[in-house]
Amino acid sequence: MEIIMALAIGVLTGSGVWLLLRPRTFQLVIGLALLSYAVNLFILAMGRLRVGAPPILTKGAAVDPAAYTDPLPQALVLTAIVISFATTALMLVVLLASRGLTNTDHVDGEEDQP
Amino acid sequence: MTGGWMQHLVVLPIVLPLVASAVMLLLHDRRLRLRSSLGLATTALLVLIASVLFYQTLAGGPLQPWVGTYRLGDWAAPFGIVLVVDRLSALMLLLTSVLGFTSLLYALARWDRSGPRFHALFLLLLMGLNGAFLTGDLFNLFVFFEVFLAASYGLVLHGSGQPRVSAGLHYIAINVATSLLFLIGVSLLYGVTGTLNMADLAMRIPNVPPEDVMLLEAGAAILGIAFLVKAGMWPLGLWLPRTYAAAAPPIAAMFAMLSKVGVYIILRLSMLLFGDQAGLAASFANDWLLIGGMATIAFGAVGILSASTLTGLVGHYVLVSSGTLLAAIGTGSHRVLAGALFYLVSSTLAIAAFYLIVELVERGSVEEGEGSTSEPVFEDEYLGALAEEEDNEIGVVIPATLAIIGGGFAFCALLLSGLPPLSGFIAKFAMIDGILAERATMETSSWWFIGLILASGLAALIACVRAGIDLIWTPDETQTPALGVLEAVPIAILLSACLALMIWAGPAMTFMEDTVRDLSDRAVYSDSVLAPIGKSVGEVAP
Repeated sequence: MEIIMALAIGVLTGSGVWLLLRPRTFQLVIGLALLSYAVNLFILAMGRLRVGAPPILTKGAAVDPAAYTDPLPQALVLTAIVISFATTALMLVVLLASRGLTNTDHVDGEEDQP
Repeated sequence: MTGGWMQHLVVLPIVLPLVASAVMLLLHDRRLRLRSSLGLATTALLVLIASVLFYQTLAGGPLQPWVGTYRLGDWAAPFGIVLVVDRLSALMLLLTSVLGFTSLLYALARWDRSGPRFHALFLLLLMGLNGAFLTGDLFNLFVFFEVFLAASYGLVLHGSGQPRVSAGLHYIAINVATSLLFLIGVSLLYGVTGTLNMADLAMRIPNVPPEDVMLLEAGAAILGIAFLVKAGMWPLGLWLPRTYAAAAPPIAAMFAMLSKVGVYIILRLSMLLFGDQAGLAASFANDWLLIGGMATIAFGAVGILSASTLTGLVGHYVLVSSGTLLAAIGTGSHRVLAGALFYLVSSTLAIAAFYLIVELVERGSVEEGEGSTSEPVFEDEYLGALAEEEDNEIGVVIPATLAIIGGGFAFCALLLSGLPPLSGFIAKFAMIDGILAERATMETSSWWFIGLILASGLAALIACVRAGIDLIWTPDETQTPALGVLEAVPIAILLSACLALMIWAGPAMTFMEDTVRDLSDRAVYSDSVLAPIGKSVGEVAP
């Protein structure tokens, strides 16, 4: 479980950073999306990985915290997902505007001189 | 402030602009008068609220620590969401609201019509800024950061045009990537300490076991990178001058505050979490801040000298200002910090005023056109009213335009370069005096810091004189620009705030010293935030 999680975060981050450094706006957006997935997984991992443990306490009975998983990172991830989704959408609008104004999808608005 | 409606004053700087901006969205873009008056009324109310909060922090008298808390939903502190007002946040709130009011007033003259939904975005920006200054919780800090960043993305693009869109694209990409770093940092801190409440973090960090200290410092450093990008520390701030130059002037004036948010958070966290009492991780980043800050000053000073436009000049001055503040935090000396806070207020006001004046100066000498307004990108975009009513909408025109603009320019130049007798000089004098006070234990880096403070002032002076001669005193054929009252008043407010800071420099310095004293004692902050629920909300710390 830990190894799969670590590999997933690593691969997503690696591809995300690589795409982020590419010159096309579309690659930039995909790179940022991949990075945000990696970060979301990372936040989840910071709450310690548990399998089969509920995050919500049962009502009434005496509570043993060890039997539950940490609910806070899950709440944080939800917020982070919403925010990164919104900024990606905004990014797409700017990307289209830039494409319309400069007639190129290069991030600097002009092609490199060969 | 016990009981009554006064206790809810703390949450108003967040709720009020949020509600007002939601109302703005319902109003059509053509209902100019209604939108302008609503926006102006909201920002004026914000100034009032911030002044009351600021006045309350003075109530305890000097030397008396003051921390007010507001629990949302009345949950006890480490579990619920808490807002905290202490002297530093009250000061920043006041500064933000004054800048917000003046920038909005200036924008009403013409800029608010050069693109859609200006007022809603502007108020959201204020809400995010106020929230970031008030929150006592790292994750809410992230949320408020995103709120004002999202608003600033929209505002950078305000007025459209190719330079703005491509500068905006870089700005958004950099800030989205930084927000991810912010999240990584926050979650690492949570992973090590198990809390996100700043007061609780301050209590737990000294007890972090030695094997986890490395992870804690890594988390804090990654978090710090996110704020340093906002503050524009070299080499993370290369995006800043270009973006600020591309933004419309009143927005750029407001953005002067944006880079100070980064500095504010760095100051808050380094004093609260990694101050002298933080055990193994104490002051781990100070050397980095000192050296990074000095590199930023040097870079900014070179940039000021080499800038070919006035907006480029101010943009690099923003870097110098951030660099000075970061290096001052890095020294860790309380007297230097008090001077730095004074400098923060004075330089932010001066930068904002300068951005506004620059536009007036350049309007007279540079051809209108590129950058100010342009073709719409999308079909449904609101076409600004700028083109058709360029001449008749300027409002009441006041005489002696050139003299006023020239005077304002000279005033700003004095402020930026830190020449006596204005507040810029007092601020730099206080910082240098603070450094020299610890002459016995001083290292070589402090001498460098003093040298850089003076050199950056000289660079600003040279660049301003050169630009001033070129743009204002050289007679040319271009007609003098018409100056509307709506544009003169905001500049006058900002500059007279600087004057007031100069006249009451004594009380202001006392306040800054009290602020730093509060900041350096984490128990003051933590005890009042973590106070048990039985005590009334908004309790004043003993």
